[in-house]
Amino acid sequence: MNPRITLATAGRVLRQLRHDHRTLALVILVPPLLLTIMKYVFYGQEETFDRIGAPLVGIFPFVSMFLVTSIAMLRERTSGTLERLMSMPLAKLDILLGYGLAFTLLALVQATVTSIVAFGLLGLDTAGPVWLILVLAAGNALLGMSLGLFLSAFAQTEFQAVQFMPAFVLPQILLAGLLVPREKMADVLEWISNALPLTYAYEALALAAADDLGRELAIDALVVAGCIVLALVLGATTLRRRTA
Amino acid sequence: MMNSSPAIGIRRLNVRRGGRLVLPELSLDVRRGIVTGLLGPSGSGKTTLIRAIVGVQIVESGEVNVLGEPAGSEALRRRIGYVTQAPSVYSDLTVRQNLEYFAAILGAPSGGVKEAIDAVALGGHANQMVRTLSGGETSRVSLATALLGHPDLLVLDEPTVGLDPVLRRDLWNMFHELAAGGTTLLVSSHVMDEAERCDDLVLLRNGRIVATGSPSELREETHTEDLEEAFLALAEAS
Repeated sequence: MNPRITLATAGRVLRQLRHDHRTLALVILVPPLLLTIMKYVFYGQEETFDRIGAPLVGIFPFVSMFLVTSIAMLRERTSGTLERLMSMPLAKLDILLGYGLAFTLLALVQATVTSIVAFGLLGLDTAGPVWLILVLAAGNALLGMSLGLFLSAFAQTEFQAVQFMPAFVLPQILLAGLLVPREKMADVLEWISNALPLTYAYEALALAAADDLGRELAIDALVVAGCIVLALVLGATTLRRRTA
Repeated sequence: MMNSSPAIGIRRLNVRRGGRLVLPELSLDVRRGIVTGLLGPSGSGKTTLIRAIVGVQIVESGEVNVLGEPAGSEALRRRIGYVTQAPSVYSDLTVRQNLEYFAAILGAPSGGVKEAIDAVALGGHANQMVRTLSGGETSRVSLATALLGHPDLLVLDEPTVGLDPVLRRDLWNMFHELAAGGTTLLVSSHVMDEAERCDDLVLLRNGRIVATGSPSELREETHTEDLEEAFLALAEAS
């Protein structure tokens, strides 16, 4: 691994995004829009909006970066640029960290804009510190990116890659405890949710929003960090120097 | 420094793709400092052979040595310039941004970017997005990328498809200039009229080498006037 190459890779990914105004606009504007809709869906039920609003600020980056990375990596594979990179003096870690850096930066912009709209304009109320929600949002972006990078290896077409969103992301959102507390779910679902990374990401966000900054939050954050490392390692195994 | 050992030495290479043995027991030497043409019809195994030389192909058995190292070894990654058949560059970056990125990976000096862009006559398009370029222009961006860092071996998979004749001639002149400077070039093509421009030829058919030699040697051997006929004679004899 070489910091110069990692940074060059991050710069290249950001440059690609900068040329794609529409994607940038969608990534940055859709989360505030969804939160605005949610505010009026739960009109008069401020408690519900407050309960799920703050964690959502940190979950949007997970979804966006999962999608953006799956498609970006699939394009690297099908266009032959990945084969070119793999024949060049660049370490797999340079690709992983380069993408990670670029998308974490984008996620921070996304989460900041979402926070300004949510806490500033929509009157979302949270007991916990907003900066911590932003930090967790950046972590979730990395989680989404590393999972997207790994899973993209199993998609042969962009159609398949896009379907991985409802297949791998929506169940995690349904089971994370965001809609219904996990202890109220059927036992089987609760067990399954124990094995899903987003469960811990959501729990950390909910604790941060409730200003419950203790051991539990630290453990959740560590589990998420562990999942990121695991997904990155799995992702690295899908970047092959030699292919059939 | 002259080095008389072959640039590429392949012994009993077997490559299987999709259950089919596409390269059976292939052996080949490619000399240093010249342009070797790898010719054969589509599906003859040219790309697979090239991928094995570059070290990105999973091989079943056999030995592939490139510039004194086993193919695919880390030391070779900055000594080989590789152009795939489909242009492998980022369509959502400009020509210059593409080259700057690949130059950064190689640690090549920034002056090399302009040099490479000029070498493929894309100076007027340097700030244009690759997706707005024509097919021929895009493949030249891919070729420029391979020129970065002055590699010792250039492996080009059909680099001149879809180019206008003037440009094609200019590129072949550049290939020979590079060879004169000591670079080894392996260029694949399915067009027989390009064979004439190579110093050495390797004729491939159904994964087997039908003949090797210079264009004039092949014509003499087969008592034919042009290489198209020579290839037909050799293919029928094999």
